[in-house]
Amino acid sequence: LAHGGGGKAMRDLIDDVFTSVFQPASMEDQARLTSTALTEPGAQLAFTTDSFVVDPVEFPGGDIGKIAVCGTVNDLAVGGAKPLWLSAAFIIEEGCDVALLRRIVASMATEADKAGVRIVTGDTKVVGRGSADKVFVTTSGVGVIPAGRNLAADQVRPGDVAIVNGVLGDHGAAILAARGDMALSSDIESDCAGLGHLMEAVIDAAPNVRAARDATRGGVASALNEIAQTAKCGIVIDEDSLPLRPEVKGVCEILGLDPLYLANEGTLVLFVPPHEADAAVAAMRSTPEGRNAQIIGTAVSDHPGTVTMRTRFGGGRIVDMLVGEQLPRIC
Amino acid sequence: FSDHSNLMSFGFTIRIRGQVQGVGFRPFVYQLALDFGAAGTVQNDAEGVLIYIYCKEIDAFLRALETRCPPLAQIDTIETHPIDMKHFTGFEILESGNAGAETRVTPDAATCVDCVDEITTDGRRRGYAFTNCTNCGPRFTILKNLPYDRAKTSMAHFEMCPACAAEYADPSDRRFHAQPIACPNCGPKLAMSPASDDPLRDAVRRLRAGEIVAIKGLGGFHIACDATNADAVAKLRERKRRPTKPFALMGSLSCIRRYASVSPDETARLQDPAAPIVLLHSEGTALPESIAPGFHELGWMLPYTPLHHLLLRDVGRPLVMTSGNLSGEPQVIGNEEAAQKLGDIADAILLHDRDIVRRLDDSVERETAHGPMILRRARGRVPGTLQLPPGFEDAPDVVAYGAHLKSAICLTKNGQALLSHHLGDLDDPLTWDEFVKADADYAALFDHAPEAVACDLHPDYRSSRHASDTGLPCIEVQHHHAHLASCLAENMWPRDGGRVAGIILDGLGLCDDGTVWGGEVLIGDYQEFERYAWLDQAHLPGGDAANREPWRNLLARLLKADLDPAAHDVLADKPIGLLQQAMDAGVNAPLSSSAGRLFDAMAAALGFDGAQSFEGEAAMQLEAWARKAPAQEAGGSYGLRVPLEGGAIIDTDLWAEVMHDRDAGVSIEAMAMRFHTGVAQSFAAVARHVVKTGRAQAVALSGGCFQNALLLDLMIEALGDVPVLLQTKVPANDGGLALGQALVAMARLEAK
Ligand SMILES: [Fe+3]
Ligand SMILES: [Mg+2]
Ligand SMILES: [Zn+2]
Ligand SMILES: [Zn+2]
Repeated sequence: LAHGGGGKAMRDLIDDVFTSVFQPASMEDQARLTSTALTEPGAQLAFTTDSFVVDPVEFPGGDIGKIAVCGTVNDLAVGGAKPLWLSAAFIIEEGCDVALLRRIVASMATEADKAGVRIVTGDTKVVGRGSADKVFVTTSGVGVIPAGRNLAADQVRPGDVAIVNGVLGDHGAAILAARGDMALSSDIESDCAGLGHLMEAVIDAAPNVRAARDATRGGVASALNEIAQTAKCGIVIDEDSLPLRPEVKGVCEILGLDPLYLANEGTLVLFVPPHEADAAVAAMRSTPEGRNAQIIGTAVSDHPGTVTMRTRFGGGRIVDMLVGEQLPRIC
Repeated sequence: FSDHSNLMSFGFTIRIRGQVQGVGFRPFVYQLALDFGAAGTVQNDAEGVLIYIYCKEIDAFLRALETRCPPLAQIDTIETHPIDMKHFTGFEILESGNAGAETRVTPDAATCVDCVDEITTDGRRRGYAFTNCTNCGPRFTILKNLPYDRAKTSMAHFEMCPACAAEYADPSDRRFHAQPIACPNCGPKLAMSPASDDPLRDAVRRLRAGEIVAIKGLGGFHIACDATNADAVAKLRERKRRPTKPFALMGSLSCIRRYASVSPDETARLQDPAAPIVLLHSEGTALPESIAPGFHELGWMLPYTPLHHLLLRDVGRPLVMTSGNLSGEPQVIGNEEAAQKLGDIADAILLHDRDIVRRLDDSVERETAHGPMILRRARGRVPGTLQLPPGFEDAPDVVAYGAHLKSAICLTKNGQALLSHHLGDLDDPLTWDEFVKADADYAALFDHAPEAVACDLHPDYRSSRHASDTGLPCIEVQHHHAHLASCLAENMWPRDGGRVAGIILDGLGLCDDGTVWGGEVLIGDYQEFERYAWLDQAHLPGGDAANREPWRNLLARLLKADLDPAAHDVLADKPIGLLQQAMDAGVNAPLSSSAGRLFDAMAAALGFDGAQSFEGEAAMQLEAWARKAPAQEAGGSYGLRVPLEGGAIIDTDLWAEVMHDRDAGVSIEAMAMRFHTGVAQSFAAVARHVVKTGRAQAVALSGGCFQNALLLDLMIEALGDVPVLLQTKVPANDGGLALGQALVAMARLEAK
């Protein structure tokens, strides 16, 4: 694949790899879209964007294309929006294998299908060697929030129950394993998944869901901290209740990593009022992405803005938002 | 009045600064003035004590002020000025001029001998557990806010009976203005849970029977049991979920002497009004091994409240007195909190109705051949202030927020530094509350409005975040520069005193290059420093996990020394391959020059396996082994390559020699000793060279590794004739860090 502007090679590539798979909404340079959901009184349009870089671009359980679709679908879904349309833009490193691009695009198409969204517009640029690493993907998403829904971190109240939909840290651990320089068990697969259907199921069963966050970079720890800070309440989680795959737990122990900080691509944490907690867990467990749903803690009035973990030994530990990577602190 | 000039020469104002309020200083001056036949007045004010005096022997009077001053008083400075003064005919104690005039409160003090006499002989305070006087008793732990006055303490709701009130008002009485004065008629009372008619007797009975009793003390609850009863100690360990961390002990001096050797210096330290826990070498009758498994030193303290005296007298045995808390949490101070948290640990709780306002752990100290060593600075030591070195008189007021694990904060004002009590691990939510409270609390108590704040470079220390949240100008100080400055400060090293070579052997602290330091020779002063030499860096496989599990450091050091077969041999059951890859790939394995982790690696090489059950366990074990090295084997040292002109101190040969000795069957005690000697000699050689070549004026020793008294000894010996500065007033560990941060910040602010 050669570096260049709008030459024939590029047009062929786009036709061949991208356009055949995605379904542009018009032949113009823009997507022209209508949806009855949007015209309902009180409905809100939700719009989000994210860029994706991951090394390696293919890993057990997914690839960069799958993450690029799921990530944006999830950003919409956790806000209570039904995802409708995506755009996809690619920065491609000169020399990138076209077969790889095909696989990435194919998995985007599959994931979009599953999530019930359409990729309606896109763009590609090829840059010189070293100016990018294989391929970077940016997706933007539009969804609609039905009237009456208001999922937001500042809705969380003391007493609300925190629930995760599945095991923690699989994506982070899978990426470590896939880098090839670690003799990690390759059984660990990324949890990468779209959570739109799961969110709809939860909201049906527990209409007063307060807020949800997908626990991507920085892990569940960072998602909880964001909520605690926005809601100005404390959050107490219970170490024993955190769902962890034994392999991930083992790897974390050896590498000294805290699974609470490992990245996820299909894990969210949500808060519901206590009387809806059981219904929310049951609804999650009825979906493939929520099989391992679990209550992990509660919002409290103590220590506003702070997340605390009750440890196995009965003590407490503050679970901080970290500035950068996990750096040792013990002198 | 005819000879005016003569009158002038006998009239003086005397201004006394230091710890002179609430310690019986005014009655002392009053008595002294009467002895000298002098006339005038004495009063407390915002700066300390102010005397107007007409005295014909002023020089002798001033000498007597210093030599005969009350036990708890500490005079920093005395200024005298002649004044024109009328010839008063008497001497008078004046009440404080205005509210807020009394600015100082002294640390809590152990029960004085007079009060001990009083509770053990006939009289109205016989057997009374809350007896105190101007020379002893609670102070800071019962204080809500200043001025230090009964109404501002948790004694406020106990109304003095006429007998106590009379003592309180009588300048010739030992209880003149003793704010917590009390007697059985009017003061606090003991209680037992489950209830008992005679709480003291019940507690004694239970302790003698091998039960565990929680006891409300001065700065918090203790959990006690009979230290001679191995079953009781084992039960306490199990209930407190504290498998190996040594327990502190309490006994009378004669009792302690049955179990430990006590030198005159150690006796004096035990008997200090601060009544710290003092580490003493075990000798004589053995106590159950489970009190401090594997250790030849035990932490002892004397009874320091009347309640302790009465208990120990009747129990007749030494007591384990461990802090009353749940694992990792701060000590419990409230009665309800005690019932809730200590109820499952203790069989009964001995408590009382005088609230503990401030939580203060017992201080932990030791005597070395080179003076005192402060390991934990808390009850009895705070809020004592330290004078700032020359050159900082007019520096801006700052507050420094210290480290993360052994946190303490430091305020500076008026040429003085106030280092807070040991606060502890900021990952613990309750300790974090304490930290935030202490910040507000000390600021209010000392009417402190800092111009700037100081903190560590580490962005993820909670103390660093707290600093940036203040919104004040924030000076970030490299961890080991702060250790160096802390040592300089307590030694009164002048601000323009020139550069010193700091041997900083420590756990770890972040540097702005993203690596982690901890075994450095720094050259610098308060303001600036450079890194002259350092322990060759190795990975910390697993980050903080390398602190919990010493073997990780051994793995890193052996692999770095290309001793892969040795690594596979010694660490056969460990996930070597995976960690090797993590180190190569840079996955949670930062490079570090930490000396603490080097000691951990050595402990692992000598058989310390698994995880440490408390901080510093492996290094303490290594020191204990080295001390047991038989004299004929203890010679020699492991080689570290010493770069006299600066650079990395290479440990490759050391590990080859260790592995060689291991195969040759050399005892672990001898190997531990050779290791200590090697480390001391190598760092000493570099620092000595720096001084000898005129690039530094002296050597300063700081960092957590210097809690190791053997290392300190060997280091000082190896340094020979160069001037050495030690930490004897504040901890060399992170507990002293805030002092150094404050001084660095002040120096930098002034330099602008
Ligand atoms: Fe340190
Ligand atoms: Mg996003
Ligand atoms: Zn007394
Ligand atoms: Zn009384």
